[in-house]
Amino acid sequence: MAKSVLLKSSIAKKVAMALSGLFLIMFLSLHFFINMTSVFSADTFNEMSHFMGYNPLVQFIMQPILVAGVVFHFVMGFVLELKNRSARPIGYAKYNGAANASWASRNMIVSGLVVLAFLVLHFYDFWFAEMMYKYVNVSPIEETRYFHELNHKFGSPIRTGLYSVAFLLLSAHLWHGFNSSFQSVGFDNKYAKALHKLGYTFAIVVPFGFIFIALFHHFNQI
Amino acid sequence: MKLTLKIWRQKNAKAEGKIVEYPLDGIEGDMSFLEMLDVLNEGLINKGEEPVSFDHDCREGICGTCSLFINGEAHGPDRGIPTCQLHMRMFKDGDVIFIEPFRAKAFPVIKDLVVDRSSFDRIQHAGGFISVNTSGNPVDANTIPIPKHDADRAFDAATCIGCGACVATCKNSSAMLFVAAKVSQFALLPQGKVEATERVLNMVNQMDAEGFGNCTNTGACEVECPKGISLENIARMNREYLSASLQG
Repeated sequence: MAKSVLLKSSIAKKVAMALSGLFLIMFLSLHFFINMTSVFSADTFNEMSHFMGYNPLVQFIMQPILVAGVVFHFVMGFVLELKNRSARPIGYAKYNGAANASWASRNMIVSGLVVLAFLVLHFYDFWFAEMMYKYVNVSPIEETRYFHELNHKFGSPIRTGLYSVAFLLLSAHLWHGFNSSFQSVGFDNKYAKALHKLGYTFAIVVPFGFIFIALFHHFNQI
Repeated sequence: MKLTLKIWRQKNAKAEGKIVEYPLDGIEGDMSFLEMLDVLNEGLINKGEEPVSFDHDCREGICGTCSLFINGEAHGPDRGIPTCQLHMRMFKDGDVIFIEPFRAKAFPVIKDLVVDRSSFDRIQHAGGFISVNTSGNPVDANTIPIPKHDADRAFDAATCIGCGACVATCKNSSAMLFVAAKVSQFALLPQGKVEATERVLNMVNQMDAEGFGNCTNTGACEVECPKGISLENIARMNREYLSASLQG
């Protein structure tokens, strides 16, 4: 089969969407693990953050792959949404979507857009600030600054509130997206039920864990 | 039972359509939904008006001809049945019922509630068959042992009647459940494995060419399917397609 045909096929697109989603889920797990350490130990959090911030493999290989993964996931999401909308040019006068599918599954574009808007704020808050610190201002290496930066950012009730709302939508996105990714790549065997439970657990634990971290720092200002 | 029907009326494929309201009285709970429409049409004919066109054939739930999007759901509010098996006891006196055609770019409206579902036929023509001589000799079926589990799953997939409810109910107008059922019923059996690679590629390519949307795994199709075709068929088709693409 010609490669061009494969790349255009609907199944190839959904598999690409699923694989990029699973990649982002792996990144999210790592991010969650590192951030959670900030609740228990400022030193551990600083150590891990410094490693992630200055390790060349992370900075110059993993980071660009991550950014590419994020961009691909949301661009492909828009492309598929537009294509799907065009598949029904005249809509129904009455459409009861809630009768047969969850809100999360029907509104991936809504939850995805909220998460995207959150990412812009999040990049502005931490990533751009970090890039400026290291590569533009070429500030001296300060291995213990990360915990204070994190704690300081969550001093703002508005930022903490916005982050919490975004995490709720992230939870909805993962509620459908985690299991949908495995369905798209054709995963269906004796472990499928256990995987579904894992997906729903992940969709609750990780976003609500992030909310907990934000609230923890908001109410524990140093 | 007194009802208010809001029905999509459209003269022909090129005309613009609109929802028209019809009050209807004297409907019994034991009537089927299509019999209720028959009553409406008798009244319209007696008044010299154009009756409402709608698809129907066997009225026994096996042919897949009837369609109708009723009150926001394909085949109406009941589960596991096509429209002909829907009874008026599912509604109550004074209800307002929206009746619309199955909507999708690949299912253009021909007239009123009748849609052209020949896109499904073209997908079937692209690979929904096995190439064997049909001499009437049953030796083949009796000599190839097939595990019961596989035979059951193939049969479950083969119960798809191709009504198009999956497309109609999917927010993306995706035909994945239909195509997956047709791919699965052969992929699970030894007779179907011979042409499996070609079949899945051709059928999926034809599905895409017809203008159906992409599946986003909402699962609405499985819920609304009158034959309960499972989403596991979609997972199987995805595997078959990916494996066939890599082989090809």
